[in-house]
Amino acid sequence: MAAPIAIHLEFGGGAELLFGSVKEHHVTLPNQSEPWDMKQLLVWIRGNMLKERPELFVQGDTVRPGILVLINDADWELMGELEYELQDKDNVVFISTLHGG
Amino acid sequence: MPVLCSSCAEKRAVLKRPKTAHSLCKECFFWAFEEEVHQTIVSAQLFKHGETVGIGASGGKDSTVLAHVMKVLNERYNYGLKLLLLSVDEGITGYRDDSLETVKRNQQQYELPLKIVSYEELYGWTMDAIVKQVGLKNNCTFCGVFRRQALDRGAMMLKVDKICTGHNADDVAETVLMNVLRGDIARLRRCTAISTASEGEGVVPRCKPLKYAYEKEIVLYAYFKKLDYFSTECIYSPNAYRGHARTFLKDLEAVRPSAIMDVIHSGENLSVREGVKMPVQGTCGRCGYISSQALCKSCVLLEGLNRGLPRLGIGKHHRLHEKILSQQPLTQKEERKLKAVDF
Repeated sequence: MAAPIAIHLEFGGGAELLFGSVKEHHVTLPNQSEPWDMKQLLVWIRGNMLKERPELFVQGDTVRPGILVLINDADWELMGELEYELQDKDNVVFISTLHGG
Repeated sequence: MPVLCSSCAEKRAVLKRPKTAHSLCKECFFWAFEEEVHQTIVSAQLFKHGETVGIGASGGKDSTVLAHVMKVLNERYNYGLKLLLLSVDEGITGYRDDSLETVKRNQQQYELPLKIVSYEELYGWTMDAIVKQVGLKNNCTFCGVFRRQALDRGAMMLKVDKICTGHNADDVAETVLMNVLRGDIARLRRCTAISTASEGEGVVPRCKPLKYAYEKEIVLYAYFKKLDYFSTECIYSPNAYRGHARTFLKDLEAVRPSAIMDVIHSGENLSVREGVKMPVQGTCGRCGYISSQALCKSCVLLEGLNRGLPRLGIGKHHRLHEKILSQQPLTQKEERKLKAVDF
């Protein structure tokens, strides 16, 4: 059994609008038999946090193209993307690039 | 397991560049990003020493990064430019008023002079008032046409030599796609140009120093530099057509990041065969601004608003331009067609 983990989520660049305009969220992911990875985190966010129009945030099993993801301040493309295994106290940032310049 | 920077091989990489697939640390990324913009500016000879350059500033990510990078490069490479910020207030409550607050903070942060020109002072109409009359379907046409001219007017008030805008690689690629999809050959041919020469009286030359910069890198540059920018969608803009082009391009980019550069490359290298009919650039019979018709789009739209016939500038009503110019009354049938009922 993996113990519950506490992580910090941040939404910016307009992505916060899908989360009640709140940018920062401290969440605790419940314990489960497998370690938490990004793929499961996205499913969890969709089920527990997304207030409206989930298609603007997730597409298939990943984030909608045009939303950047940083894990502990590094591009998730360097961290294994969906396969990254979340650790306690991780910081995950989602920044939309889809809003006006 | 942290990935090391492929440039300095010392620090932890923070991003994978979409253009090159290199993994870079923060410092090496800042340097690479700024140097590439510098290379773009130098190789296209965008500016001359001593020029006054107006930076079109909306408070959004692109123009905020542009203002920051222009200031850095102007000092680092001694461009000798006098930089200032130029903003347009479209009169959209709850959107532009907030984003202009960001521009005002940028003015302090970057110590650049700021000029704001408003639709209200230039045209006598705010976008709020226009939307009240025309509804939410064609309002973006008004806004786009008015903004282009407003920037020129502001630039002339300040006597700037050039305007630079924050259009990035993704924007240019979107525009190429949209022009293909609309069959707009004249714009398709122009839209990839990095700069426009002065096209005549009242038009200030423009350029796009971020033309080859990916949106992903602009956003990450702003994020890692902690730049202050505004990111709320315009309350009036579904801008559906561009939205589709954008989503399509983002989906392509997810599969193959070079897609954006490739679309620009295609646009740059298209040549239009001889004999394709092109509109002839002339000047507006009323205000003197560039126009391929007797009246420029801005004057037609404004005339429509002022006469309560907002459809006048939407779609093709070129036959009516002569009538408007000579202030002849329209027939009842013509008027009925131009009223807002079926907007």
